[in-house]
Amino acid sequence: MSMETTTAIAPTNDSAVTPAAATIHTTFRDAIKSAIRDAMLRDPRVFLMGEDVGLYGGSYACSKGLYAELGPERIRDAPLSESAFVGAGIGAAIGGMRPIVEIMTVNFSLLALDQILNSAATLRHMSGGQINVPLVIRMTTGAGRQLAAQHSHSLENFYAHIPGLKVIAPATLEDARGMLWTALCDPDPVVIFEHAMLYNLEGEIAADAGAVPIDRAAVRRAGNDVTLIAYGGTVGKALDAAGQLATLGVDAEVIDLRTLRPLDDATILGSVSRTRRAVVVDEGWRSGSLAAEISARITEGCFYDLDAPVARICSAEVPIPYPRHLEQAALPQVPAIVDVARKMVKGDG
Amino acid sequence: MIPYDSETARARLFEMVRIRRFEEKCAELYSAGKIRGFLHLYVGEEAIAAGVMAALEADDAVVSTYREHGHALARGIPSGVVMAEMFGKREGCSGGRGGSMHLFDVSRRFYGGNAIVAGGLPLAVGLALADAMQKRPRVTACFFGDGATAEGEYHESMNLAALWKLPVLFLCENNHYAMGTALDRYQAETDLARRAESYRVPAERVDGMDVVAVEEAVRRGAARVRNGEGPYFLELVTYRFRAHSMFDPELYRNRQEVEHWKLKDPIPGFVLRGIESGVLADGDVAAVEREVEAELADAIRFADAGTLEDVAELTRDVLSPQESRA
Repeated sequence: MSMETTTAIAPTNDSAVTPAAATIHTTFRDAIKSAIRDAMLRDPRVFLMGEDVGLYGGSYACSKGLYAELGPERIRDAPLSESAFVGAGIGAAIGGMRPIVEIMTVNFSLLALDQILNSAATLRHMSGGQINVPLVIRMTTGAGRQLAAQHSHSLENFYAHIPGLKVIAPATLEDARGMLWTALCDPDPVVIFEHAMLYNLEGEIAADAGAVPIDRAAVRRAGNDVTLIAYGGTVGKALDAAGQLATLGVDAEVIDLRTLRPLDDATILGSVSRTRRAVVVDEGWRSGSLAAEISARITEGCFYDLDAPVARICSAEVPIPYPRHLEQAALPQVPAIVDVARKMVKGDG
Repeated sequence: MIPYDSETARARLFEMVRIRRFEEKCAELYSAGKIRGFLHLYVGEEAIAAGVMAALEADDAVVSTYREHGHALARGIPSGVVMAEMFGKREGCSGGRGGSMHLFDVSRRFYGGNAIVAGGLPLAVGLALADAMQKRPRVTACFFGDGATAEGEYHESMNLAALWKLPVLFLCENNHYAMGTALDRYQAETDLARRAESYRVPAERVDGMDVVAVEEAVRRGAARVRNGEGPYFLELVTYRFRAHSMFDPELYRNRQEVEHWKLKDPIPGFVLRGIESGVLADGDVAAVEREVEAELADAIRFADAGTLEDVAELTRDVLSPQESRA
């Protein structure tokens, strides 16, 4: 470990698990902003860097107002140079800072893939353990806003493929609020995927909601007949499907993966061993998807407990198209989840 | 005339000869099967490493390329430790994990051989950003070849460093070839210093075959960078006497060109000037050669005696150990 890198203050992992009496109304977007602001106030080494994060307020308004409050040094507008500012984040992390790098969308992150894969993920192992890279990269992912084929993809599995990275995806207000600090405390690079359709999600969270663990999945709904496995933008769809399935007499469990690398095998296999059926809901393309990886792990880990083949509901294998009806047709949808899960439990009748 | 005293002149001579002989040993050891993978030798370019490292401070950072043996040696990583790395031994400066192209020594702020052309530039910009934000008067010296100037990461990094006035000393080793493609076959503008100036980065073209010129230019540039004046760019004009790597039949250049550049060999030229200036003596070269030979024999013995990492350790350091976590 570099002499210049010290570990930040420990997160208090239990604060989000134990709800406090007082709650506040917030949105997913504001929860992220609160998390960024809170990290800045707690640790002078933290800064935010990316395209239009400052004066503009963030392309998804996740840092709106922070430029005025924290100034241009710490809310740092970068040129449209993904490779340079991600690489600069890596260098700054090695140099003792705790950068949060924001990339506008996962599609643009491909311009920085060299730095993420060949440097951030590689330096520690390649240097024989001399260097670690405490960098957090946030980026938007997913479809649903008719932004067509260069702003709408879900490429989480590209990053989940890479040893040396941690990859996480918040799907709840608590996770939007609490994952960032834990990620900043991690000595290794953490990539956070924020599904664009979640930013307007709103609800109540504990007024003192704080850091949450980033190394395990969460059961968002308990059930006995089938396990619906989802992450990020598909968690809500899986929960909606579970609600409908309940009216059809199917008791579905819903797992929110939360961490995409490493995968929480214990939670996944523990659930599927009990329900004996699994449906993976993944906005990525089916071929070579995270859903494929999860399906393989279920087959390796609890094949003899299964009552049915693992099912996958993924995006159609097309570049995401612009018109609303085609975009929606390309994405995993609640009726498909309900249909597949119901047939799996009740048979085709 | 050489503006060195005898001790300094001898030290520069020693560094250049040490790198030259180290590289020649590497070629032999490659043929003998002791070193594998890609091996890129620095023969002909020694004046740059010797001059640059003499002018940097211990707490400056160095970001390097895959042709970095000379940089590593001149920065002070012991030759045995560098050789052990090339032998893939645990005692190597990267624990044997990186090999020839990935020499690291954080204790000397040597942040690696980066084998992605131009991949080190953003990293250097970030190290400099950390220094700027923490108000440390340090320089990040970033080596790259002429080939890197064609990469997007070069343009992005030059702009970012200039825009944010970051303390980066850009050191472009122009050896005239991006692997086998000559500069004028891949760049529309072949004046690399002029290209740098287009980013509002002050730039100089320096004779990279002259250790004195290199050292003086780096002192000038580093002083400005350290003083908070923003990045500085040096085009260090040089030539590699040997092939790009051990797999290169050199079909792209002719013998005459190589021989022409060998007339500018940085070592005999320096010796001649040193003797003329009265700071080197006739016997110095032979004495330095003997010293280097003994050092390299020790280095090879050290590397040979090194140990191989246990296969059980294969996945160690993919991530940091759990206990170091908050």
